[in-house]
Amino acid sequence: MKKLLVSTALMLSLALPALAQDYSPDPNAKPGGSIIVTYKDDVATLDPAIGYDWQNWSMIKSLFDGLMDYVPGTTTLRPGLAESHDVSADGLVYTFKLRPGVKFHNGRELTAEDVKYSLDRVTNPATQSPGAGFFASIAGFENAGDGGLSGVEVVDPQTVRITLTRPDATFLHVMALNFSFVVPKEVVEAEGADFGKKPVGTGAFKLTEWTLGQRLVFEKNPDYWVAGVPYLDSFTVEVGQEPVVALLRLQNGEVDLPGDGIPPAKFQEVMADPAQAERVVQGGQLHTGYVTMNVTQPPFDKVEVRRAVNMAINKDRVVQIINGRAVPANQPLPPSMPGYTQDYAGYAYDVEGAKKLLADAGYPDGFETELFVMNTDPNPRIAQAIQQDLAAIGIKAAIQSLAQANVIEAGGAGTAPMIWSGGMAWIADFPDPSNFYGPILGCAGAAEGGWNWSKYCNEALDAKAVEADSMFDPAKSGDRLKLWSDIYMGVMEDAPWAPVFNEERYTMRSERMGGEDALYVDPVSIPVNYDYVWVKE
Amino acid sequence: MPAYVVRRLLVSVLILLGVSFITFVLLYVLPADPVRQIAGRSATAETVENIRRELGLDRPFIVQYGRYLLGLVQGDLGRSYLQKTEVAELIASRLPATLLLMLGAILAELALGLTLGILAALRRGTMLDQTLMMASFVTVSAPQFVVGLLLLYVFAVKLGWFPIGGYGTFAHLVLPALTLGILGSGWYSRMMRSSMIEVLRADFIRTARAKGLTRARVILVHALPNAVLPVIAMIGIDIGIFMGGIVVVESVFGWPGIGQLAWQAIQRVDIPIIMGVTLVSALAIILGNLLADLVAPFIDPRIKLK
Repeated sequence: MKKLLVSTALMLSLALPALAQDYSPDPNAKPGGSIIVTYKDDVATLDPAIGYDWQNWSMIKSLFDGLMDYVPGTTTLRPGLAESHDVSADGLVYTFKLRPGVKFHNGRELTAEDVKYSLDRVTNPATQSPGAGFFASIAGFENAGDGGLSGVEVVDPQTVRITLTRPDATFLHVMALNFSFVVPKEVVEAEGADFGKKPVGTGAFKLTEWTLGQRLVFEKNPDYWVAGVPYLDSFTVEVGQEPVVALLRLQNGEVDLPGDGIPPAKFQEVMADPAQAERVVQGGQLHTGYVTMNVTQPPFDKVEVRRAVNMAINKDRVVQIINGRAVPANQPLPPSMPGYTQDYAGYAYDVEGAKKLLADAGYPDGFETELFVMNTDPNPRIAQAIQQDLAAIGIKAAIQSLAQANVIEAGGAGTAPMIWSGGMAWIADFPDPSNFYGPILGCAGAAEGGWNWSKYCNEALDAKAVEADSMFDPAKSGDRLKLWSDIYMGVMEDAPWAPVFNEERYTMRSERMGGEDALYVDPVSIPVNYDYVWVKE
Repeated sequence: MPAYVVRRLLVSVLILLGVSFITFVLLYVLPADPVRQIAGRSATAETVENIRRELGLDRPFIVQYGRYLLGLVQGDLGRSYLQKTEVAELIASRLPATLLLMLGAILAELALGLTLGILAALRRGTMLDQTLMMASFVTVSAPQFVVGLLLLYVFAVKLGWFPIGGYGTFAHLVLPALTLGILGSGWYSRMMRSSMIEVLRADFIRTARAKGLTRARVILVHALPNAVLPVIAMIGIDIGIFMGGIVVVESVFGWPGIGQLAWQAIQRVDIPIIMGVTLVSALAIILGNLLADLVAPFIDPRIKLK
């Protein structure tokens, strides 16, 4: 097993895209071959404005392109459909120059009109895009509708100008996000709601077959604008496959990639067999698992109580429960995210210290509360471990084990005193520290129904977040990351969460799959970068 | 008879209406918001409200249900919230797989259940009888998830006789059909045993024996047809039992049927799919029972349909 150390590469992620080192392909990589990938859940849709799943995220990346892109296997931005861009001095006007000669799968050439149409479409309420909010900094977003965004203008067929209402340091990441991907107007209008089943993009692969509930076949786009890409002639996705069954089929040579990874129940068995363990790929992911505490209600309205909970949880033991497939966390950001505070010690595991804090807060005998958890393994077991740790300092937490949708509902409504985030935890949409703040720790997310389940709202930190995100100048990216680091340290001071661990991803590939490990645990093309993996023989 | 069928069909429509209402109410009061599932985690409050309005989920319950019924009578099951595909299309694409699985399961349970039941009846009171009846208890109670995985592991992974899950050929059908069939075979072996014992006691069997017919002839020609008919009449009812089982079995074997569709829809609170699958399942159960009732008088002339 090879362990990937991607954090150093990640630190470069805010560098100027033009300066970013591009991808150097494996010299052994060769074109040809087909592979089989499995998933448990059906693929819901391949419409880039709608799709927001584990399964379809990187399929959409293979079918479509955005103005910006990432170097494969990394979080480093690089030019995509826009071969270059420049930013006005005030950071409000972005001008993108499109790459000439890019064609949609239907043969038509892409123009600036398509870019405008796609951004208008994703922000139009009628589209019901879950990602519409990412585009809030574009001028005209407030009035987005059938009229389109006033801030997106077609200068000429090869040039798009986007005007923002405020400087937005994350804007180029947003232009690399699936929701911004470019779709051809005539096809979208012809297919209507069925566009998600019959997608047409500019991407490395085109969809040639979709048998509902069974399989999807993606074939190489021979006219793809990146020379030599993709390597595979095709890949077939088989859905409805339980992870355990997918692993058995992989061991039997029938499957090349289990899209859902190695099931926890089989993990030790796989790792104990050197032949199999050798094909396991491990990678960090931009994920943090945490316990939220509702700061608006007693007893968690007292910061001492929240700090006590932070000190009471034995994180090493929780990590053991999931067979060591994680590293203990001490802050909201995962270690591979830019802005992570390296020298922060966090709240050490200290039962006596926690008891003392509880006593200081007026709860010398502890109290009773509820811990909500999603009801799929291993989350209830993790909740039990946390329950025992809390009992040791006198907190009697009853476990409420519910379906995912019900936990999310309780969290949004503010009726859950504590929630273990497992199964619903934050995985970054794009590799930038701001993505871990707004919806889950900021005041906006604390509103009814938001994902800030602690209902934590610190206006001073919110102001700092706005300041950080206005620092669009790449030359200031170091200062910006420092500011974000300070914000998360401020969060830990208030302790609305007890961060518990950062999950590592473990997946496996068949003997014949080639390409560097990072492609199989790609931090952006989640879970696999289909465009760059290849077959050995 | 025709009047009976018409009356039963009318009642069926009422039952379907009731099922649709109860399911709609349950999904409405469910403490989980479908809009939040669609909107995902990064959605702003405005996005959430937009989606709610677009789907008409901001309207009062009675309006939502009324709209659904209006679509239903026109044969429109609506579109999936998440997939945006027509629910009718999703169900139609998966129904053949489920029907095939049910057919396989019925054949499997009859083959297993009847054979074992007859054996037990003929060897009544012996060790074999007791073992078989004990086994029927186990198979009726065994969780299908465990049975399915066990069969998969032994016959597909270890012995390599069958493919490891999937859909397409007869070989793919064997293990999932057997998993469902083993459950049903427990019932059938018990029913077949008592039915056979009862028939074997009957006067006409004694007469047949007295005539000097061979034991095999008495059992196969005289006893079996009489004993098996009441058992066969139960098949219609099985459809309802299987509807529950397919959810699990289809998941284990990656069988692309409506059970799998329903399970995934429930996870994601995709209400139009849940409604559609529930109604189609209810319809299947109603038709299955109707079929069982209609067949009954042909099997036992003492039964009259009124």
